[in-house]
Amino acid sequence: MDPSGAVVISGIDKKLSLKQRVADMLPDGGNLNLCLTCGSCSSGCPASGIGDMDPRKFLRMALLGMEEAIAASPWVWFCSMCQRCLHACPMKINIPQLVFYGRQQVPREKRPKGILASCDLALKHDTCSAMGASEEDFRFVVEDVLAEVRETQPEFKEMQAPIDKREAILFVNQNSREPVTEPDEMVPLWKILHRAGADWTYGSKGWAGENYCMFIADEQNWERIVRTKARAVDDLGCQVWLNTE
Amino acid sequence: MDSIFNYYAKWIRNGDLKVSADWNKDLKLKFTLHDPCQTVRKSYGDPIAEEMRYVLKKVVGEENFVEMHPNRSNNYCCGGGGGSLQSGFVSERREYGKLKMEQIQATGATYCVAPCHNCHSQIHDLSEHYKTGVHTVHLWTLICLSLGCLGENERTYLGPELKEVGL
Repeated sequence: MDPSGAVVISGIDKKLSLKQRVADMLPDGGNLNLCLTCGSCSSGCPASGIGDMDPRKFLRMALLGMEEAIAASPWVWFCSMCQRCLHACPMKINIPQLVFYGRQQVPREKRPKGILASCDLALKHDTCSAMGASEEDFRFVVEDVLAEVRETQPEFKEMQAPIDKREAILFVNQNSREPVTEPDEMVPLWKILHRAGADWTYGSKGWAGENYCMFIADEQNWERIVRTKARAVDDLGCQVWLNTE
Repeated sequence: MDSIFNYYAKWIRNGDLKVSADWNKDLKLKFTLHDPCQTVRKSYGDPIAEEMRYVLKKVVGEENFVEMHPNRSNNYCCGGGGGSLQSGFVSERREYGKLKMEQIQATGATYCVAPCHNCHSQIHDLSEHYKTGVHTVHLWTLICLSLGCLGENERTYLGPELKEVGL
């Protein structure tokens, strides 16, 4: 991209310019215009320089109202919103949030297809699986793998991998990658829970750990996924929603 | 809401998980830890980074843990977050991760523990792409290894020297 090409001064006629949206998030007493341009953000950012962009430059462009140039840059997808820049910033300017808004400036259908598809697939079932695994798919693979372990590893013949066990203390989530592509990787986790004597369960609904709707900057569906998962935990009467690796 | 790392640490401390690093006493395989941004900097902060280290040192042996720099909340992202694994910008993602891979290699460790799915996928891919020979593993694999109960089919990410240990 060539940011020098399209300098668009905006922000006056737009109710919520990028600059304003970020300014609104500053802690008390923070002032976006007091960005020191110190470069702490960029110097510790692995995405600096990729696509001729870095966090400081990105922020300066937002401050200058170059929103169309920002929208034309794919850098918002190179940045992982890891918050290293925010961590380093003496003014606590939330550049990752600015990047998130930058992603939202791109029309939804033009955002990267892979992330979009993962978000849309997660909306298909209440499992929230970004790989589109249904309640039945999950139950089948868990039961199948468990049966094999119980049969081939005698010391675990009593091991359980409960689904929808009411009032279990721990509601354990699982990244879709395991049940869908490498189910044997679920087994070490089960063994640890078993050996520790944990009172745990998966939920047929809301078991998936991932949420790509956040990455595609679709706030409405991001929230929908989180609420679906939280409801699954509450409906089973579990005490702790436990994030796994 | 909580992270399983806090539970791993609790279970080891109170004796529910009887881990032992004896399997690595003679092998002396070196392990480093990548702090996942989502878990550490963005969610639970440095206290959980300490819990991860406590667990890892218990399962591989304190003398076999090598710290990566920078670390904890100050750690560099591996480049696997934010949807980058699905965004289609593969060369940019690998360019991003080069720095992390160099930090991993600087530890001299042959194993990098990446207890986050995005991090695990990214570092595994980086290691293959840059041909570093570094293995990328989940913490749960090592905990089971240290409990003496890691099954044959649960060793996909281990190197050849660990394919049969404890079987």
